[in-house]
Amino acid sequence: MTDQAQKEGGNAWQSEAFIKNLTKRKRAERRFRLTGLLAIITALTLLAILLFSIVSKGYTAFVQTFVTLDITFSEEVIDPNGTRDPMELRSANYSKLVQNALRAKFPEVTSRRDLRRLFSLVSGDADTKLREMVENNPELIGKTEPVSLLAGDDVDMVNKGYIDRNLIEDDRRVKDMELSWLDVLEADGDIEIHFNTGFFTNGDSREPEKAGIAGAMVGSFYTLVITMVIAFPIGVMTAIYLEEFAAKNKLTDLIEVNINNLAAVPSIVFGLLGLAIFLNVAHLPRSAPIVGGLTLALMTLPTIIIAARAAIRAVPDSIRQAALGLGASNQQAAFHHILPLSMPGILTGTIIGLSQALGETAPLLMIGMVAFIADIPSGFGDPATVMPVQIFLWADSPERAFVEKTSGAIMVLLGFLILMNAFAIFLRKKFERRW
Amino acid sequence: MLNKTFGLAIAATVATVALSGQAMARDQIRIVGSSTVFPFSTAVAEAFGSTGSFKTPVVESTGSGGGLKLFCAGADLNTPDITNASRRIKKSEVETCAKNGVTDITEVKIGYDGIVLANSKEVAPMKLTKKQIFAALAKQVPIDGKLVDNPYKTWKDIDPSLPDTKIEVLGPPPTSGTRDAFVELAMEGGAKGYDMLTALRKSDKKAFTSVAHSVREDGAYIEAGENDNLIVQKLEANKDAVGIFGFSFLDQNSDKLQGATVGGVEPTFDNIADGQYGISRSLFFYVKDSHVGEVPGIKEFIAEFTSEKAFGEFGYLTEKGLIPLTEAERVKVRKEALDLAPLKLM
Repeated sequence: MTDQAQKEGGNAWQSEAFIKNLTKRKRAERRFRLTGLLAIITALTLLAILLFSIVSKGYTAFVQTFVTLDITFSEEVIDPNGTRDPMELRSANYSKLVQNALRAKFPEVTSRRDLRRLFSLVSGDADTKLREMVENNPELIGKTEPVSLLAGDDVDMVNKGYIDRNLIEDDRRVKDMELSWLDVLEADGDIEIHFNTGFFTNGDSREPEKAGIAGAMVGSFYTLVITMVIAFPIGVMTAIYLEEFAAKNKLTDLIEVNINNLAAVPSIVFGLLGLAIFLNVAHLPRSAPIVGGLTLALMTLPTIIIAARAAIRAVPDSIRQAALGLGASNQQAAFHHILPLSMPGILTGTIIGLSQALGETAPLLMIGMVAFIADIPSGFGDPATVMPVQIFLWADSPERAFVEKTSGAIMVLLGFLILMNAFAIFLRKKFERRW
Repeated sequence: MLNKTFGLAIAATVATVALSGQAMARDQIRIVGSSTVFPFSTAVAEAFGSTGSFKTPVVESTGSGGGLKLFCAGADLNTPDITNASRRIKKSEVETCAKNGVTDITEVKIGYDGIVLANSKEVAPMKLTKKQIFAALAKQVPIDGKLVDNPYKTWKDIDPSLPDTKIEVLGPPPTSGTRDAFVELAMEGGAKGYDMLTALRKSDKKAFTSVAHSVREDGAYIEAGENDNLIVQKLEANKDAVGIFGFSFLDQNSDKLQGATVGGVEPTFDNIADGQYGISRSLFFYVKDSHVGEVPGIKEFIAEFTSEKAFGEFGYLTEKGLIPLTEAERVKVRKEALDLAPLKLM
């Protein structure tokens, strides 16, 4: 085009053909921008829909309905012998106290079936609470006190508006009778909604009102610790060796191709590998965070190696040369200069790899971490589950109240992921150097 | 310095791995198996653990077949103590068990589970028979004495009394125990309604089973994954669709869904319990007798599971959707289970 412009003299920039061509190119650019904008808008809309649906279903998981009842800590139920023996206090029938309180409040209920419905207004968790109260303060025995108790899941669902009171009775899980009791309690101001601390301090439970994610959070923590302790040093050492020491030959090329390939292998394959090696050969315990961590470490390794190699490669050669020129050995150059300078990039890659591991379920399926585990794990060898698995298990449960728990747990998991990724960005912004 | 830290970290991990590898003795019951029994098994596990005398058992949902495979893998303490199943153990599985040293197994029947066909409450309820279910879902149906690829597109094509909507059934994939039971009870039951297939059953049982158990693959039956909640949500969104899942999901979602009658019988708690409703199956768990005494609490766990307050008529498992056994059956099951009576396959 320049040749042509010169031939036609200085005015070629205003020639008709040129202007036509220019408008065409500008139009193409506008079109491209518009498509780009559309793509971003689509992505943002989808994200907004996802977040909206999760948050709108899940925010109620963070509050819970409580019923206040006048509990009489009657001596004949808790401690019939009057010995105040701790063992006896521990094994007493505390549900009886709740049942007595409910009967006193609604004396007109007598049939066995109706009583069962009445007792289900209050969660089975009430026993534990009353037992702890008595154990901490045996003085309570013989007294009557108002106690705020966790409500059953059906009551909770009604109170949160998930069960429509206007439906015909047959179509509701909660019957008219229960609603009338609830209205009485409500009128007396005995129904309250509190922040649901149990959601963050309890382990898993089959009773939705009692179920919490503490067990899964602790399990995720142990698993990630193992993953990091294994994958980080091995990954970084591999990257340093491959970048700084290894000779460039067919073998290292082959290794490189394989590492890149491994990063794309579906995670379930690592689960099968974990099952074959850690469980069947090494006989490590099933469902334990140590096996989960090792398996996830295998999965995360390629990501860390690739990120670390890129970070090391980004350090200018002049720094390496200067160090060597001043008499440093290769090892000194690598560990005193290259590694510290590439650390922000390596850490960013590691954190992204770990947050990927945090959200993984498929490989854990094979090694038994997809399980109902009520106790909060207290070590690397204890049976444990992790947060995404907890979400999966709750999503699969029939009880309606688990729907909000599922979304609530997703929100907590998203919160952790955002924190981790924000930390990665922070590290990069703070320590990254540009040359 | 950095080097040393890495070295230490690796050494520490190796040590941890080696140590935990030795922790073989267990003080916690391990249960695997059917996803249908999972909600019941976990509820018992939780109640059992909350008494404080034993740790809460770990329950894994692996499917009936997967559970029995793990259960039969060996007799050492690395294998599960109990496996749940939504069908009876097969002869071949007992043989595998025996080959791997698991010779003493106790079978405990815990109750029934109904499989329901349900649709959205916003449209009229379906009134089906097993024969119609077979006609709607089989890959090949007999028409005029010949087996042809299923030509039915709408329910009305099958029977004029049925609605004029497209046949669209959401159900479990072949890996699921629910699907096995559904195919066996509903489809096979329906196939017997055709004279031609009954004749085939007499002459060539294999051919009959393959016809009766093949579900159509032309899009009318949609495999919706193992997650029954997903099917429930899809039924809410699509009023014309029919879903197949366990009774407990219908029970929990009775404000949105209604069960189709099968042969004139409604899928209700009582109808399933007294055996009137035609598509119901038994649920079991199997105990490895050699682990009783090795792992603390197995006997107590069985006692809890078979106690009246758990699997009884008003027990907490019925609240989770389990259909209880009759009283006489319960007494028998409880006695045999606590005696660790050996498995008898007929």
